[in-house]
Amino acid sequence: MDKKPSHARTVIAYIVLIILTFLCLFFFYILLINCTRSHQQIQHGFSFLPGSSFVKNFNNVIHDAKLPVLSGIKNSLIVSACCAALATYFSTLTAYGLYAYNFKLKKPAFIFIMLILVMPTQVSAMGFINVITKMGMINTLYPLILPSVAAPAVFYFMYSYMQSSLPLELIEAARIDGCNEFKTFNRIVLPIMKPAIAVQAIFAFVQNWNNYFIPALVLQENSKRTLPILIAMLRSADFLKFDMGKVYMLITIAIVPIIIVYIALSRYIVAGVALGGVKE
Amino acid sequence: MSKKKISAEREVSYAKWGYIFIAPFFIAFLIFQFVPLAQTIYYSFFEYYRSGLTVIGPNPVGLDNYKALLESDFLKYAGNTVILWLAGFIPQIIISLLLAAWFTDVRLRIKGKQFFKVVIYMPNLIMASAFAMLFFALFSNNGPVNATLVSLGILEHPFRFLSSVAGTRGLVAMMNFLMWFGNTTILLMAAVMGINPALFEAAELDGCSPRQTFFRITLPMIRPILVYVLITSMIGGLQMFDVPQILTNGKGSPDRTVTTLIMFLNNHLYSKNYGMAGAVSVVLFIICAILCLLVYFNLNPTESDRKIKKRDKLKPRKEALNG
Amino acid sequence: MKKTWKAIMSFALIAAMIFGLSACGGKKTDDGAAAEGEAGKVLNIWCWNDEFQTRFNDYYPEVKEVAEDGSTTTLNDGTVVNWIIEPNADNNYQNKLDEALLNQESADADSKVDMFLVEADYARKYTNSESTMNIADLPGVLDATSDQYEYTKEVVSDAEGNVKGVSWQACPGLIAYRRSIAKEVLGSDDPETVQAALADWDKFAETAQKMKDAGYFMLSGYDDTFRPFYNNDAAPFVEDGKTLNIDKNIMDWVAMTKDYTDKGFNNKTSLWSDDWNADQGKDSKVFCIPACTWEIDFTLTGNADPDGTKDPAQSAWGDYAVCLGPVNWCWGGTWLTAAAGTDNADLIADIMIKMTTDKDILNKIATEKGDFVNSKSVISDLAANYEGNDFLGGQNHYALLSDAAAGLSLKIASPYDQGVIEKMQAAMKDYFDGNADLDTAKANFETSIKEIYPEIETVNWPE
Repeated sequence: MDKKPSHARTVIAYIVLIILTFLCLFFFYILLINCTRSHQQIQHGFSFLPGSSFVKNFNNVIHDAKLPVLSGIKNSLIVSACCAALATYFSTLTAYGLYAYNFKLKKPAFIFIMLILVMPTQVSAMGFINVITKMGMINTLYPLILPSVAAPAVFYFMYSYMQSSLPLELIEAARIDGCNEFKTFNRIVLPIMKPAIAVQAIFAFVQNWNNYFIPALVLQENSKRTLPILIAMLRSADFLKFDMGKVYMLITIAIVPIIIVYIALSRYIVAGVALGGVKE
Repeated sequence: MSKKKISAEREVSYAKWGYIFIAPFFIAFLIFQFVPLAQTIYYSFFEYYRSGLTVIGPNPVGLDNYKALLESDFLKYAGNTVILWLAGFIPQIIISLLLAAWFTDVRLRIKGKQFFKVVIYMPNLIMASAFAMLFFALFSNNGPVNATLVSLGILEHPFRFLSSVAGTRGLVAMMNFLMWFGNTTILLMAAVMGINPALFEAAELDGCSPRQTFFRITLPMIRPILVYVLITSMIGGLQMFDVPQILTNGKGSPDRTVTTLIMFLNNHLYSKNYGMAGAVSVVLFIICAILCLLVYFNLNPTESDRKIKKRDKLKPRKEALNG
Repeated sequence: MKKTWKAIMSFALIAAMIFGLSACGGKKTDDGAAAEGEAGKVLNIWCWNDEFQTRFNDYYPEVKEVAEDGSTTTLNDGTVVNWIIEPNADNNYQNKLDEALLNQESADADSKVDMFLVEADYARKYTNSESTMNIADLPGVLDATSDQYEYTKEVVSDAEGNVKGVSWQACPGLIAYRRSIAKEVLGSDDPETVQAALADWDKFAETAQKMKDAGYFMLSGYDDTFRPFYNNDAAPFVEDGKTLNIDKNIMDWVAMTKDYTDKGFNNKTSLWSDDWNADQGKDSKVFCIPACTWEIDFTLTGNADPDGTKDPAQSAWGDYAVCLGPVNWCWGGTWLTAAAGTDNADLIADIMIKMTTDKDILNKIATEKGDFVNSKSVISDLAANYEGNDFLGGQNHYALLSDAAAGLSLKIASPYDQGVIEKMQAAMKDYFDGNADLDTAKANFETSIKEIYPEIETVNWPE
């Protein structure tokens, strides 16, 4: 009785998954194809077959003294890793503060964070630049990293996750065992939140890795710029140097580190981490 | 009632920890975000823009910006935004729920499950602008999509995707779907994995079908995360910007049918028109806030419900503690 | 599992530490740069790509050495030229330049903007402001520019007629056409015969009909003919700061393009799109493309010969020729301007004179970089001695353009051109595509103009 319906389900699942996988990987395929083609070939139209300009494009990117690819990767890594760490840790902390404790301003604080979450931020970009200029942080990486401490969307996810997966009994138990509140958070709550933290860490990392608008406003020196700014610079290159092959090559180079980080962190998603703490 | 009183007394001593734990968030917010956000609201009551390099204002104009907003095509752009969002979100949530259910169903044996789980998020790794470059190439008049459709005899002439309303909206929805369905699936998967496995084991022992397990156990258990997904993608949808902006080169064409609210806002930033842009932000903020609070308080188990339930469970321990 | 988790956390920690270190490192280099600044002068030049920077490093005689990463150039007298290159995407260049110019007074001497580059479509935004210097106030510059094409001065003049910028290049427009199609349809690929067939817009339409009958498109898309029409407008778009006047020429362009679209004379593409690029290739059915000098090198050559074969059998190499077409026009170019408040006026004057008026240098730029340089005498020398362009089937296009460039005028430049042109092309595309009628397209244009230029109160249409 069990076997037959699940067989049909399996077939449907395979079909859907294969279509989706094709759609997802197809874009990587053309990205790779395009970074092996010359500028003119790319401009001329589309191709499913690789060209012969891979080495040329690669050398053009790596040997362009005005295009600090390595420091770009380093800056992007620093910003993205710090943002991911700060956003997840402090959002979990904030969510825990609001979830596990009762205090007078609890509800107003929660509603306040939710309101920040829904506020469109486009307009405040210029005000943000003014603020950090006054603080002397312009052209440094700090203003790209430190604001991550207040990440309302990550907070809200952590809070929702706690609602479904963090029983308050557990905290009580820890208190009985004599843990102080910080210890309880770091030793008991954080491990339970691992899957949620891994997920949000990936999201935060990717989002910051691909961020262009604010970093372009904040960073001025070439040596401090992140990868998306370098890509934008290549795309506004003057006409004698404008080279789509080079652009695609840099896009591809920019994707490699993030894929590595993603695959490393994705173990938490893939393996299905069973929750250590919750056993009733 | 009396139960509540007792527990409130007990929790008093812990209240300061609540403040301590949420302090970093609020400090960071106050330092970096508060002034710009307050300015956004403040300037919405002013005439304040640039004509070339000349700064005009800020001159207080009361509600003029809001009046101008009412007279503009604001509702049309709101409609565009909702259409674009739903066209991407509905397939996204269906596929994501389906995938999350499959991926977490121990009875469904799919070879390479791990591989599929990793792959679905990959499109999100590509920068939106790079993604759009690929879309342009694929869906251009002489591009491979048209070539395939024509050679299969489905189309007689190449379809000019980005010159048709449905085509452009479809591409925006498709790109949003591809970029974000993996993200949603992962969130839902994380939520399902947070469910106590004993529940699933019990369901299996009781002979529940996969469908029953999904609707009776999985869905109710992940409700907070589901609400989270709904709210965040509603906010993301109402504030949709980068995909339609890049795909239409910032024009929102054809006939401004792909102009979203934030694209409308962004047009005002060309001349640093903080007055009008501020007004659009505030109105959008109010709409979002109302919608989100509605969704949140309607779909989520209310705070007090949850507390009482939990406290019932905690009762024996607490008594032991007090005693 | 636990190990990976630890690994990730420690990775994050290490990253945080690197960040801490490198942030300190960053501070140090800042101080270092400031110390250097005290030793010699610093000249800050703002631009959006390295086009001018390359020419400067290659041809400015005072260049002593160029930093390895290209970020600075040291001159013989110890002055450090600091290149501030901001990408154009999302209007980023103008956004940051505007902030810098508005804060110019409070900036310290070594971080003031000294020189910045502008393009034709928004040059007047800066030259009409107080932020740019009159070149008459820069020693010797105005006198040195007598050999430059008039229109390059008109673009960067302010309302009173003061010239406020200089350029090393001119960008006259022409019409590039396919020799093979001309032979087949018009009986000859000789530029004079073709010019006769394209001499005015009526003849242009007749030829378009012939092309259509023979199975070809006259043009690739909608925007190709915009510049030839717009350049011949009678007045600037905006003169009083609040009324936008649309010239009859623009509506002629709209009417002609709609007509051509309905009759199938064009391939319905938009400027810079993939399809537009493809329309310049060997297999394309498009007869001609209005192009200006830089487009020949920038787009046409690459699109006609994507694999770089230079082989007429495999590509459209050698199958193009150029003629002047119905009207004189121009498109684009880069101007150097001196920022008000600079403390390096003498040096800027010398750079302007050497880079945009020195005949030896301009001759080198023309022959080595292929620019159509901004000097009547250098171009007429070239016109007399040039051996012909292989890509154009051996044609000497300098001879053709030498006179045309001298007759160009762009008095109608206004600070609003960039926005008006962009929004006009976007709004009318809906009309051409059949997604909107003309009135809707006009209304959409007015809406988008008032969004980006709040000071515009009325838009006047001709008739």
